[in-house]
Amino acid sequence: MTTPETNGKYVLEAHNLSIFYGSFKAVTGVNMSVERNKITAIIGPSGCGKSTLLRSFNRMNELFAGTRIEGGIIFEGQNLYTPEIDPVEVRYRIGMVFQKANPFPKSIYENIAWGARIHGYKGNMDELVESSLRQAALWDEVKDKLKQSGLALSGGQQQRLCIARALAVQPEVILMDEPASALDPIATLKIEELMQELKQNYTIVIVTHNMQQAARASDYTAMMMIDDNRAGTVIEFNETNVIFTRPSDKRTEDYVTGRFG
Amino acid sequence: MIRKTFEHELQEVRDDILVLGSMVEEAILASVDALKKRDIEAAKNILKADRDINKKRFEIENKLMILIATQQPMAHDLRLLASSMEIISELERMGDYAKGIANINIRMGDQPLLKPLIDVPRMAQKDVDMLHRALTAFVNEDVEAAKAIPIEDDEVDALYNQVYRELMTFVISDPKSIERANWLLWVAHNLERVADRVTNICERTVFIATGELSEIKNSDDEFWKQQKS
Repeated sequence: MTTPETNGKYVLEAHNLSIFYGSFKAVTGVNMSVERNKITAIIGPSGCGKSTLLRSFNRMNELFAGTRIEGGIIFEGQNLYTPEIDPVEVRYRIGMVFQKANPFPKSIYENIAWGARIHGYKGNMDELVESSLRQAALWDEVKDKLKQSGLALSGGQQQRLCIARALAVQPEVILMDEPASALDPIATLKIEELMQELKQNYTIVIVTHNMQQAARASDYTAMMMIDDNRAGTVIEFNETNVIFTRPSDKRTEDYVTGRFG
Repeated sequence: MIRKTFEHELQEVRDDILVLGSMVEEAILASVDALKKRDIEAAKNILKADRDINKKRFEIENKLMILIATQQPMAHDLRLLASSMEIISELERMGDYAKGIANINIRMGDQPLLKPLIDVPRMAQKDVDMLHRALTAFVNEDVEAAKAIPIEDDEVDALYNQVYRELMTFVISDPKSIERANWLLWVAHNLERVADRVTNICERTVFIATGELSEIKNSDDEFWKQQKS
């Protein structure tokens, strides 16, 4: 990829985006822009295409055979889906954290160093490991046991290790798919606090079923619903404050007040 | 229906506010009636009724707090609960105005009224009428009604203006009447304020229904300009 434009207000822009699994249209007609250094939440009932939309932002969907898109996604001024773009590099620059923490079955240190090394990182690895763990608010808890297996950590620590791992390759965007749904309330709040720290330097898009989490942690919220053809689409996109106090779409109102979904 | 329990609790909040509202309506009418009759015992009962109003307000406030803490209200529900907090505080203040009138009655002791009360009971009646309809609009989330009621504040202002001028003629013709005129002026002032607070309730109703929070224009500003000129 060429040198990114990093001045624009929006890091990612979906233009009339539709996503297909084979002949099934899972997501249709999405137009939304992800603002730089902000947290954008995607909410909506199960099966409405939230994760599919999220994964399209770093071309993760292509790992499933038969997936294709129509419309486009502009990342830092470039069309993400043109042939000259290397999807592997896209996934470095737009990192992802999943619902279930998935550290490598390696040491805490190697969990961070692995990806960076493959990515050709030539700097001081100890420093990179420390700074990544510090940014993920995990350093103080693991600094004396970097040689221990990442799998020996608690669920919340494992999730922060995965965030540290994503940060180690210095992405611009971090996509989070239900990052706290398997965590207890305290670990959840730690992740949310961490997101507030991270947005100083990164742009975050998060899919969550937890509406309170979207309300607490995000700046913008996209509300998704399926249409009559069972394809998901963004029905309302606005500042989080607006979505949770005076949404304009009745379906958003019903969803955020717990009347539906 | 999903959230049946919560819906039920929200309905209870509305019902409670209606109960508080009728306590306040009763206190306003009773305070003026007691003054008209110079009935000190009745005035003392209003002080007691005000304590009940305050108690009821705290009770509703506590319920609202629990609902906010336990139900994580959003959007319309949140606007309803937050606005209910405001509305019960407006109602409690209106109760204080009735108490104020009762206190004036008590402090007047055995002095007769400066003049028979005619416009003052009219003000009280108009206040209560507006309040009653404002609370009906609140319960029904009737935006049209909520926007229309505040305009009637003009009528209360006009009555206040009339009371004011009348009392001033008494003061000018007999400066010794100033204390008794002042008492009645305070009574009228309290009643004038009630209608202003009705306007606040109407604004909250519009907010609950639409999400728009703005002042509903009434002609109070012009009223005060007239007073100065």
